[in-house]
Amino acid sequence: MFENLSQRLQDVFGKLTGKGRLSEADIDAAMREVRVALLEADVNFLVVKDFVARVRERALGTDVLRSMTPGQTVIKIVLDELTSLMGAGESKLAFSGRFPNVIMLVGLQGSGKTTAAAKLANLLRKQGRRPLMVACDVYRPAAIDQLESLGRELGIPVYRGVEGADPVDIAKAGVKAAVADMRDTVIVDTAGRLHVDETMMGEAALIRDAVRPDQVLMVIDAMTGQDAVTAATAFAERVDFDGVIVTKLDGDSRGGAALSVRAVTGKPIKFIGVGEKLDALEPFHPDRMAQRILGMGDMVSLIERAQSTVAAEDAAELEKKLRSSELTLDDFLQQLQQVRKMGSLKDVLGMIPGMGAAQRAQVANADVDEKALDRTQAIIQSMSAQERRKPALINGHRRVRIARGSGTSVQEVNRLLEQFAQMKKMMKQMGKMKGKGRGMPQMPF
Amino acid sequence: MSPSWLDRLSGGLARTREQLGDRIAELVGRGPEVGEGFWDGLEETLIAADMGAGPASAITAALKSRSRREDLPDAAAVEVALVDLIAAQMPVHPDPLAESPLTVLFVGINGTGKTTSVGKIAAEAAGAGRNVVIGSADTYRAAAIEQLRVWADRASVPIVERERGADPASVVFDTLAVARENGSDLVLVDTAGRLHNSADLMQELAKVQRVARAQSVFPVKSLLVIDATTGQNGIAQARAFHDALELDGIILTKLDGTARGGIAVAIATQLGLPIVRIGVGESLEDLRPFDATEFARALILGR
Repeated sequence: MFENLSQRLQDVFGKLTGKGRLSEADIDAAMREVRVALLEADVNFLVVKDFVARVRERALGTDVLRSMTPGQTVIKIVLDELTSLMGAGESKLAFSGRFPNVIMLVGLQGSGKTTAAAKLANLLRKQGRRPLMVACDVYRPAAIDQLESLGRELGIPVYRGVEGADPVDIAKAGVKAAVADMRDTVIVDTAGRLHVDETMMGEAALIRDAVRPDQVLMVIDAMTGQDAVTAATAFAERVDFDGVIVTKLDGDSRGGAALSVRAVTGKPIKFIGVGEKLDALEPFHPDRMAQRILGMGDMVSLIERAQSTVAAEDAAELEKKLRSSELTLDDFLQQLQQVRKMGSLKDVLGMIPGMGAAQRAQVANADVDEKALDRTQAIIQSMSAQERRKPALINGHRRVRIARGSGTSVQEVNRLLEQFAQMKKMMKQMGKMKGKGRGMPQMPF
Repeated sequence: MSPSWLDRLSGGLARTREQLGDRIAELVGRGPEVGEGFWDGLEETLIAADMGAGPASAITAALKSRSRREDLPDAAAVEVALVDLIAAQMPVHPDPLAESPLTVLFVGINGTGKTTSVGKIAAEAAGAGRNVVIGSADTYRAAAIEQLRVWADRASVPIVERERGADPASVVFDTLAVARENGSDLVLVDTAGRLHNSADLMQELAKVQRVARAQSVFPVKSLLVIDATTGQNGIAQARAFHDALELDGIILTKLDGTARGGIAVAIATQLGLPIVRIGVGESLEDLRPFDATEFARALILGR
């Protein structure tokens, strides 16, 4: 996610960091490119205008022009501003002492409300709550069946009203059913509605008034363009939501909607949907995301994700290995196998600090798909144990043998060895960093 | 074009018109002096319509150079020139859905309106007397089959389905067998929504297409269903599906909100793909043929 945006920004900053001194004209030129990069990322044009003006002002107002590393200083400013644009700190879902707590989901058609409802129920159950889902979408054919089917998959109950019932009555009855069944959390899934549809917006307000939810969350598709802000503003006015779930962030969308909605409505992003599976919903961390956009990696998320897919001790070992320079090709192979369990490689690579624009482009050009990973695995498996420990041993002859053994080409073997060497170098740099990836890593630009 | 279609499209694009039209009127209203501020404002307006930073600046530059050569004296002249420019970019093709016999695959990312589009086109074609069969190859999403079944019932059209989790290519195989038995001349196949950057799912789709081509004696067309609210990622979507399937056209849905659908201009222009239908409302007759000039006019002027 955000690949294209971070690529663009890194290109821009690459030019800046190449310079010892920055003039006002240099900053202006960079800001023009930042503007286009953000617009291509679907950040709302008014937000972009404001953002660029703020960064420019800060850049000119600080000691950037006299700084020894002016490019770095500008990047720091952009990072700060990006973070504050998306809201500082993690926005946890606030639960009240009320029984049951009610969460209501609203949004446009096709944004992913029903799937988000199931994912949220699953996540909350993992946190020890007892959710019940209420199916209020009486309009889209089979929408209720969809929620029921997801509920069955998860083993989480779904309340569906009687045939032909009104969504407001279904919602009310759903909350009552939750009380009867000792369910402490009710997730109300509503029909998709257009923000210009007066009747439907009125209905959403009626449902809200009937069940008085503790939280109303708006579900927004990450692929949305400039219109995200218009829709979000209308929902804020009519239904007054408390936070946002951004879906489909596992695509390659640049996610400008995510950046804009908080800025325009002031409503924080609470969760992001990052995959088709029902556990692919994560809390949103603006600081981590901003670092990720700028190619600074997101070690914390990577480790957290590793922890959820890998046994705890394995994760600790992985982290230690990642941070030390003892990494061997065997570890790499093992990691590769673990990483494949964690999600798409691109996604995971995006979280590794130091994965700069150039490496990303390499990865993109190499067209990493599952088959390419199979080949990488075959190459490593065609090496002797000694070679895996000490890749420096692998000379031309050995490369030919390995290529033949793995059914690949010498070029592919070369590429793998080169990537491994680069990765090791980066890991070494990271190992020198203090703290847990919270500080500013050395810039990869 | 029937007036009701224009009314609907204009109504659906009302906010677009207000925003774009007002901006342009305001820009032009500043006086005969067309300075840098005017052109910047125009570019911004086009960006706000999701046309993309690149195309927006290209259109602005083209208008600007034209205004130097030909002198565009007033608001009307600028508006007309803008409509012409946008419409001229979009390729003109005959309606691929008018072909008979025909097999059509509906593809796209999740939530764009594929199932609904299949239902509406089935109803339209059945109403026009064609012998239609629907195949439900979305075997992934919960209740997708049930959703399509409702549409098939509404259109009184037979539907071929298998259990959830079945190989979608096998559904296509079965659907085409039923089509042969029934002597159908239009086969509509709904597929599961998938993100275009998911290599395995795109390969799965390519297989569905291969099976359709091997089994169908009809020509097989693939239409990308794209949501008008989509931003610049729409181009990446269209490109990925085009690379995998060689698309024949686009269905642009959800134009009845405030989304301006400018992404359609960008896709049509960059990939040379025709827009074959636009969705301007929820009812059956709201999936309509596309006309570049009308679309551009409704987008910019609303008249």
